[in-house]
Amino acid sequence: MREITYREALREALSEEIERDENVVILGEEVAQYNGAYKVTQGLWEKYGDKRVVDTPISEAGFIGMGIGASMLGIRPVMELMFWSFAYVAWDQILNNAAMVRYMSGGQINCPIVIRGPANGGTNVGATHSHTPENFIANTAGLKVVCPATAYDAKGLMKAAIRDNDPVYVMENTLLYGMKGDVPEEDYVIPIGKADIKREGTDLSIICHGRAVLTSLKAAEELEAKHGIHAEVLDLRSIRPLDEQAIIESVRKTNRALLVEENKPFAGVGAQIAHLIQWNCFDYLDAPIARVSAIDAPAIYSKPLEDFQLPTPERVLEAALKLCQ
Amino acid sequence: MSSKKKQGFEAIATEADPRGFEGHSINQSLSSEEKIGFYREMVRIRRFEERSLRAYQQGKIGGFLHLYIGQESVAVGSLSVCGENDHVITAYRDHGHALASGMNMNECMAEMFGKHTGCSKGKGGSMHFFAPEKNYWGGHGIVAGQTPLGLGLAYALKYKGIKGAALCYMGDGAVNQGVFHESLNLASLFELPVVYIIENNGYSMGTSLQRSSAYTESLGKRAEAYNIEWETVQGHLIYEVRAKVNEAIQRAHESSKPTILEIITYRYRGHSIADANADKYRTKEEVKEYQEKKDPINVWRNLLLEDKVLTEEQAKEIDKQARAEADASADFADQSPYPPTESIIEDVYWTHDNPGKHDNEGRIFFNDDWGPQA
Ligand SMILES: Cc1ncc(C[n+]2csc(CCOP(=O)(O)OP(=O)(O)O)c2C)c(N)n1
Ligand SMILES: [Mg+2]
Repeated sequence: MREITYREALREALSEEIERDENVVILGEEVAQYNGAYKVTQGLWEKYGDKRVVDTPISEAGFIGMGIGASMLGIRPVMELMFWSFAYVAWDQILNNAAMVRYMSGGQINCPIVIRGPANGGTNVGATHSHTPENFIANTAGLKVVCPATAYDAKGLMKAAIRDNDPVYVMENTLLYGMKGDVPEEDYVIPIGKADIKREGTDLSIICHGRAVLTSLKAAEELEAKHGIHAEVLDLRSIRPLDEQAIIESVRKTNRALLVEENKPFAGVGAQIAHLIQWNCFDYLDAPIARVSAIDAPAIYSKPLEDFQLPTPERVLEAALKLCQ
Repeated sequence: MSSKKKQGFEAIATEADPRGFEGHSINQSLSSEEKIGFYREMVRIRRFEERSLRAYQQGKIGGFLHLYIGQESVAVGSLSVCGENDHVITAYRDHGHALASGMNMNECMAEMFGKHTGCSKGKGGSMHFFAPEKNYWGGHGIVAGQTPLGLGLAYALKYKGIKGAALCYMGDGAVNQGVFHESLNLASLFELPVVYIIENNGYSMGTSLQRSSAYTESLGKRAEAYNIEWETVQGHLIYEVRAKVNEAIQRAHESSKPTILEIITYRYRGHSIADANADKYRTKEEVKEYQEKKDPINVWRNLLLEDKVLTEEQAKEIDKQARAEADASADFADQSPYPPTESIIEDVYWTHDNPGKHDNEGRIFFNDDWGPQA
């Protein structure tokens, strides 16, 4: 298999879906002539032209709402947010219109829209640009949200998102765009809602998503090399729908759960998962469920502190060791 | 002349000739049947809403009930010039547009009663009527939230190469929302076939136009900032509404360009039925004056009577039928069942409603005590 970057994997997904379905159109700020703020859409405008790859003005509420309206009539818009941090100016469109129109119409209207873009901290740009809103999205019935951690997952989930008949929001990560991974040449789709065991283990389940998966994998290596602890790393990939079965199976096997995410702790994704684990695995637990999240303050600018604020392999390792004492 | 600044509706009302646009091409060829049809539509909307008000007072309808009474000619006139590829979307004061789009009283009344036979199976309520197969895209509760959706309908039409227009209605309060301005800029920039119809009834809830907009001479004029064509329309006059909306639709069809129409109209009732201040922000005289001089149903009926297109007896009969139809819809709603409990989690996700037709996995609903479990 060949290796390509996470960014290239996303681009391939977009390109292949544009070719597969004439109703797929990419819209967003700087996606066309500028080739994308993070170059995810590089070359697509040149290849597919004005109709399929469309630059919008800086009007997130306006153009995302427009995409939602167009999707009601059968277009499949893939809207880029330069950062998910900018979603809040379009919150009414993103959380109210896209999520509710199917319900309020009694199932008469579908909203097959994709909203994608980076949702991460750790890039030294301060609090306004470092949001991770997957928990807010997952809190809203009617929406789906996925957080790919690898190139393979990025491509497979993006294609699944575009083909899905419900609104699917894809949380990418600028720190992952350059990461390489194996991606097959042939067409594939990853079912939304299917977790992936990124590393098998027997002593402890580290349950995570997004870049926290890579952090957890590093910690798991250390755990094994230095402490002889075999940690399983379960990558959720999709937050809603959620692969609850995979979580339950892993925890029933290892009897210990550590939840790692770059989201904030209060009502973060881990809070829901901790509940699911105690509800389904109460008799299997040999230790309390532990969580490692971003440290609970706005994202700090200062680089060394920012690096510490997000879950680090060291913080994950420490939490894991406590659980396995 | 008094130096006192005009307030509320007084400031925007102007005299106009009901026959002003009678000779316009879109009106010239109207048959008597069609003219009577507009009358019947307006009367149906009014009687329907009056009946819904009674149901509200009886406790059969809950939540908010925003009545369109006084504005009927806007929906009826504008929708009468729509063709099969023209689409409609509006705000929460949506009963008139729904009926004028061809929805029936039963499904609308039952929706307000929260019944399973409602157009949205009791999931939307008064503010959220939908009938996409009739090109009617709702019914939206957030002020101006529908304005980019209307743009999106227009975008889809253009994208698919369909000669159609999207009519997007809103109130005079909605023009002050940011997303409306974003939508206008996009509409003009992308040359989209959208017609924004501002139904200026003088008030947004209890706030007069003078207290909400910096420039009150015209709301439509805001179009100029976005290089969009605009017009002011006397909303109580069917001929005029038809003529100007038709021009806007033609502009959309022929040159894929947006239009803003500011249609001057008036609502008789409070903002909603739960409007505690309904009598405080405007005078009774103001309401009465409009009703006497400009009630759209009276104006149209008088015109048809004058032209001998309609007789008093026919008018009475139409009224009687509309009342009977409205009563029957209330009975229908009353006798209809509430939605079954399981339906709470239906129509949330297409995938959940279509098992076997997709490859989604995992859990999608998260109650421990209710609903699908792992
Ligand atoms: C974003 C938002 N803010 C406030 C409200 C509450 N609200 C509903 S209708 C309304 C007045 C709007 O007036 P206008 O746009 O003139 O429409 P009209 O009611 O006259 O038809 C207000 C304040 C809302 N629904 N949405
Ligand atoms: Mg108003």
